[in-house]
Amino acid sequence: MPEILDQARTQVLGDGVGLDEAGVLAVLNLPDEHLPAALQLAHDVRMRWCGPEVEVEGIVSLKTGGCPEDCHFCSQSGLFTSPVRSVWLDIPSLVEAAKQTAKTGATEFCIVAAVRGPDARLMKQMREGVAAIKAEVDIQVAASLGMLSQEQVDDLVDMGVHRYNHNLETCRSYFPNVVTTHSWEERWETLRMVRDSGMEVCCGGILGLGETVEQRAEFAAQLAELNPHEVPLNFLNPRPGTPLGDRPVVEGKDALRAIAAFRLAMPRTILRYAGGREITLGDLGTRDGLLGGINAVIVGNYLTTLGRPATADLDLLDELKMPVKALSATL
Amino acid sequence: MTTTELWCDRCGDPAPAGTAHPGCASARELEPPRYCHRCRRRMKVQVLPVGWSAVCVEHGEIRG
Ligand code: SF4
Ligand SMILES: [Zn+2]
Ligand SMILES: [Zn+2]
Repeated sequence: MPEILDQARTQVLGDGVGLDEAGVLAVLNLPDEHLPAALQLAHDVRMRWCGPEVEVEGIVSLKTGGCPEDCHFCSQSGLFTSPVRSVWLDIPSLVEAAKQTAKTGATEFCIVAAVRGPDARLMKQMREGVAAIKAEVDIQVAASLGMLSQEQVDDLVDMGVHRYNHNLETCRSYFPNVVTTHSWEERWETLRMVRDSGMEVCCGGILGLGETVEQRAEFAAQLAELNPHEVPLNFLNPRPGTPLGDRPVVEGKDALRAIAAFRLAMPRTILRYAGGREITLGDLGTRDGLLGGINAVIVGNYLTTLGRPATADLDLLDELKMPVKALSATL
Repeated sequence: MTTTELWCDRCGDPAPAGTAHPGCASARELEPPRYCHRCRRRMKVQVLPVGWSAVCVEHGEIRG
């Protein structure tokens, strides 16, 4: 057994203290033959510190495309030649999407907008939309609307949005290679306000943007410092027309190593499979990740791309004897 | 595919009737269409948790 896994067994599994950056890096550098042991340990950590439940979430795009920012992975930036056009979802369709999500047994419904930060029109749409969902659907509402002012944070709390997603996307040292229209620190500032407001913080990122393994470890350590309630882990799905459109997808084993390493850095967080797992890991890898530290999934489609059918994930959870987290348990 | 199909609905390049771009066809399993296959206009596409809709101003809405 490699030394780092022995250390993690005592420190993370035993004491619930996450690995630091050097420890994460050691896990990311484990040779293939030790990957199963790393995944097993990450799974044990998840079972011990989070339990067997899996949190299921659906997401929907309230405002798609036409974003003024230049995140190089994103098909919704208006600055690239991506074919994604700007479109708004109306409130009846938003409520319908929440209903579809609730039908899968999901407890979380996240409303997302492709913006730098919300304007008055978007905040008004949110207020009406969240109220309409709460009146008709039994589900917790989360939001992801970019960078916020303090007033907007307060407004979202007032609407009853219980969790806010704002991804740091990648580590601080690599961020300027991925985004030039705003800074990592500006994102951090929004996260700080969200945390102070009492809303749950959801913050993760995308692997495979061209960052080094060292930078992946840096990212895990920075997330651990933030200590978010939830960390969505995406793997780059290279989008036509974006600056990263020709990048290779993350190799399956590297993705699994990252899942184990992120879990060992953050034993208690909700570690969610987000976008890109279908192309990076396929069906088999989806199972390996759920047995290697993941304890939450996005079911159904994503914002601009499609996922596998919700039933495929729910059947898998059933087979793995992992109960879907119930609403009553989260309220 | 019908004989009116002229453009690839993923990349917008020509795709004469009866042909498909192999890479685009497999990518489309996890993506909605982006271009109208009849006129090549970029469509307004809304992805939903279940399904999607795509609207061409000229040729109307399709759903999947
Ligand atoms: S801010 Fe969000 S929607 Fe806009 S380009 Fe960046 S990732 Fe895409
Ligand atoms: Zn094509
Ligand atoms: Zn058309």
